[in-house]
Amino acid sequence: MPWRLLRFALNKKHPEPRMFTFHEKLKASYDVVIIGGGGHGLSAAYYLAREHGITNVCVLEKGYIGGGNTGRNTTIIRSNYLTPEGVQFYDESVRLWQDLSEDFDLNLFYANRGHFTLAHTDSALRTMRWRAEVNKHYGVASEVVGPEVVKEAAPMIDITCAGHSPILGALYHAPGSVARHDAVAWGYGRGADQRGVEIHQQTEVLGIDVEGGKVKGVRTSKGYISTGKVLCAVAGSTPRILKMVDVKSPIYIHPLQAMVSEPVKPWLDPILVSGSLHVYISQSARGELVMGASLDPYELHGTRSTLDFVEGLTSHMLEMFPFLSNVKVMRQWAGMADMTPDFAPVMGKTPVDGFYLDSGWGTWGFKATPVCGKTMAHTIATDTAHPLITGFSLDRFRNYALTGEKGAASVGH
Amino acid sequence: MKIMTCPLNGPRPVSEFHYWGEVRPMPNPATASDDAWADYVFNRNGAPGLKKEWWCHTPSNTWFIAERDTEKDVVLKTYFYEGDQ
Repeated sequence: MPWRLLRFALNKKHPEPRMFTFHEKLKASYDVVIIGGGGHGLSAAYYLAREHGITNVCVLEKGYIGGGNTGRNTTIIRSNYLTPEGVQFYDESVRLWQDLSEDFDLNLFYANRGHFTLAHTDSALRTMRWRAEVNKHYGVASEVVGPEVVKEAAPMIDITCAGHSPILGALYHAPGSVARHDAVAWGYGRGADQRGVEIHQQTEVLGIDVEGGKVKGVRTSKGYISTGKVLCAVAGSTPRILKMVDVKSPIYIHPLQAMVSEPVKPWLDPILVSGSLHVYISQSARGELVMGASLDPYELHGTRSTLDFVEGLTSHMLEMFPFLSNVKVMRQWAGMADMTPDFAPVMGKTPVDGFYLDSGWGTWGFKATPVCGKTMAHTIATDTAHPLITGFSLDRFRNYALTGEKGAASVGH
Repeated sequence: MKIMTCPLNGPRPVSEFHYWGEVRPMPNPATASDDAWADYVFNRNGAPGLKKEWWCHTPSNTWFIAERDTEKDVVLKTYFYEGDQ
């Protein structure tokens, strides 16, 4: 290290600024209280301050910023969904993602890689043609390609998958990308903090006071806050918060596990997903293979990892990439996924006046971080659901009007 | 949880079992209102706690009830269904 640089580092005149301001105490009241300091909650705080001028806002986080599903997902960003509501919503998110690094003045390592969803059966190929047509209709780059295109993009792949589930084709989505997930939470958090939003970590919500169908205040581990508006953006803890306001929902919690390998030389550029083999894989900028599979098979409110998961995932991984047999698994972890029956989120207003939901993000929430913040900020500021999220309201279940996103949301079904 | 006790076959690896959700009383579809039926079909008790659940030991197709703590992942007891209690 050059000496001049070291001298600069030790000079107290140039301290490295903190990402967030530390607030000793909560104020007695805020205009908006956001529960959950993950990407979604911080993004909503950011857009409330930046686009609606609402800065008397606090974000309450039980643990630390981005420590929940924001830091536990496999960082894939795409918009090739199945329903018109989904495609338009995620497409707006991808557009926001592309400018986010500049917006924050923080490198999110947003890397456009291209995304292949592999088809091993005729029926999978049929769903992909359907998805491609819906996508194209809404101007999203999406096409069905043959196995030779997959082989060219990922030459190490065994296109027959050990001979028993050959790849017949794939849905190719050129805008598919990956990004550094922690940085997204930090970027939104810092942006919100600079505009006056207070972020309180290590602050747990213990109860929500509702009077005459209206939100009155929030009881926390650091004292009482009176407020008229509360946003719940807590992923796997959503049912616990809903219990506090006595709102019923179809949300159920299953863990979703993931793992990374040791770093290896770059050999895989695109993101690959196989619904039939329950595998998705991409290679991070550091060379680690980031891998995931389907949901754990039963309800659990915890983040333990299992050997069953590693065994199942690696056996399928080796069918696709036999040469990986010598690569070691470095870490595995789990997050609590808030699942819905139709694989679409639950967003917007609720039967309790002033209580807003950004939930039901199951296994598909990371990519939606920017657009969720933006649309929820609009919903809170105007007390009217943003036009992009009307298909995701909690009412849709009571009205038997589901938004069936199962064919495009995740793997394993 | 790695081992579960089937009331018929005794302790077996949990991978042999299939989870089928909480035990819930079904309203009569002929008389229930649309709202009550939607509530039954879609809504779930998603919060953690001690729950009575349907499980099946798949190799022997044995359906039974497990009482499980869904936060700690501990099964307290398993037994055969004997009508609504």
